[in-house]
Amino acid sequence: MSSTTTTQAAPVVRRVRVRDLPVEQQRAIRARQLRRAGTYVLAITIAVWIMLPIWLVGTLAFSTPADVRAYPKQAAPIPFSTDTMEFFLNARGVLPATRNSIVVALLTLTLSTAIAAPAGYAVARYFFRGRDAYRLGILAVRAFPIVILAVPLAVTFRNWGIFDRVYSVALMHTALTLPTTILVVSSVFASVPRELEEAAKVFGCNAFEAFLRVVMPLALPGIAASAIFTFVMSWNEVFAAVVLTLENRTLPALILYNLDKSGDPFKFAGGFFMLVPSLIFIFFMRRYLFNMWGQITK
Amino acid sequence: MAEIRIENAVKTFGKVVAVNQVSLTVHDQEFVVLLGPSGCGKTTLLRAVAGLGMVDSGRIMIGDRDVTYLPPKARDISMVFQGYAIFPHMNVFDNIAFGLRMKRTPKEEIARRVRESAELLHIEEFLERFPSQLSGGQRQRVAVARAIAVHSGVLLMDEPLSNLDALLRLRMRAELKRLLNEIRATTIYVTHDQIEALSMGDRIAVMRSGEILQFDSPTRVYDVPADRFVAGFIGTPPMNFLEGQVRRENGVPCVAIGDFMLAPIPEMYEELARRDGKPILVGIRAENMETLDAPAADALRVKVLVVEPLGSQNLLTIQIGSDVIKASTHPDFAVAANQDVWIRLPGDKIRWIDRETGRTIIPDLESLVSAS
Repeated sequence: MSSTTTTQAAPVVRRVRVRDLPVEQQRAIRARQLRRAGTYVLAITIAVWIMLPIWLVGTLAFSTPADVRAYPKQAAPIPFSTDTMEFFLNARGVLPATRNSIVVALLTLTLSTAIAAPAGYAVARYFFRGRDAYRLGILAVRAFPIVILAVPLAVTFRNWGIFDRVYSVALMHTALTLPTTILVVSSVFASVPRELEEAAKVFGCNAFEAFLRVVMPLALPGIAASAIFTFVMSWNEVFAAVVLTLENRTLPALILYNLDKSGDPFKFAGGFFMLVPSLIFIFFMRRYLFNMWGQITK
Repeated sequence: MAEIRIENAVKTFGKVVAVNQVSLTVHDQEFVVLLGPSGCGKTTLLRAVAGLGMVDSGRIMIGDRDVTYLPPKARDISMVFQGYAIFPHMNVFDNIAFGLRMKRTPKEEIARRVRESAELLHIEEFLERFPSQLSGGQRQRVAVARAIAVHSGVLLMDEPLSNLDALLRLRMRAELKRLLNEIRATTIYVTHDQIEALSMGDRIAVMRSGEILQFDSPTRVYDVPADRFVAGFIGTPPMNFLEGQVRRENGVPCVAIGDFMLAPIPEMYEELARRDGKPILVGIRAENMETLDAPAADALRVKVLVVEPLGSQNLLTIQIGSDVIKASTHPDFAVAANQDVWIRLPGDKIRWIDRETGRTIIPDLESLVSAS
């Protein structure tokens, strides 16, 4: 049986040349090629627009300090050197600030996820009065300018005696990241079919057990991605951190504070160091970001 | 004992009444099919029995227990979902064992029962696999295996075959029927596929707009539909309808189709006499008409519009006055389109339907419809 099928000759596919086709069809094919070329040009332009600065920062972070100071800047890290990065990491205050930043980001991540998970679940699963208004309200928080928020907050924190503390920055960051985290988490929960939860209930779970045994394990990758996102938002946030701290600077606050006092090596190395978590995040998060936008337009 | 008794169940979603005063009793170990077009409330009713959507009013009893307000886990039910709803993060074994684990069944007992259910559904070699590694048909089997592993008294199935391709559906239909016969759980099976309903159910409840129109055995539902909707919904092709008018000839009621006089069976005289002079619908199934190629005194002359050879039969599309009907004939019956043939309508196979109410006119109609 199989021998007969394998001996059969493959059909000959003849390539049709475009200029042999009728004029109408030629025109249609040309138009399609043109459109496609246009799309690519646009995509490449956007990609270069975004990638170029990242490439330059990365290049200069791994060049020798002398090369970094030279002008014009070089386009590739040759000779390769970690001196610039080492100089940055050994600069005064960088390591404590990094530690602060990590603590703030972890605190923010924990608080934000702990609050956003139930909120996101509720938005995704339950129809309650004012759900849409609530969703809009969440976004409205993002629209509120931090500039206006930060100064009264600094005063309040000072009155409460929690000014210039790592966890006060974390509180502020939690407030800032919650809207996005809730929306992301709710889209993650919405992607877990309701039927699975119902099956869990039919086969012996109460609502909480069904959540724990079925919904949570399925949502976990998405929630992890959103947690990383929260981490990066906190890691990059500079304004609130500058206003709310003096001695216990987070890394962005420290870099901003030192920006005009330091040379190019410090800036480029600092820039690259700040950039890394975001890049890692994007690789983990891509899928869920698309998912989120899909859910919101629906 | 797991009799299911639904009493005056009402469920609304906003202004839409999904289930309207439905009462239904499913006997212990009986297999009842809820059949109806989409949006008729059949799934809503099933979910109410499962405890996944609470009724607004009415009662649901399983065995001797009132379960109306109990959560699903306290109802001693299991369910097969339309989308299978098997857990993607668990392998097949854990999926089937899920219900047993929740009940804290001893380990050896779980292993034994999972194996037993898996064997019944021929999936024992897939126990280690994850759902993403299975085909649609295999997933469906896992869903059924999970449902029967818990040995609950009540099994609920929500269109379990609707996501399978036609050939697989045909095979699973017979297999499910054998399986359900074996495990003898009281079963409610929801479907919109009338062939599935006819072939599987002990009894069929035909639903429309949140109400049960007829609750009866498949043969009765097919042969004596309670109303025009049921007659037109069940059967391929559905029942034919002809416009007729009740007359009185020689003191005996009969029905005129154009110039042709149909003679009803004597049992119908009384009911028809009451509608003297009124229009009436004559319902007859395609296979119940006799097709002749020569005139006969009691046969109606009609024109054939289309002939569809289907192998086991030839399906004729026939014009009678302004009505177009289908008649099935033996494949050897030689006829071409635009030819005239004569059809004979046997009196005992005709269903008379009231033009205004749409109800079938039968002396004991109420006994057909009553959902008990």
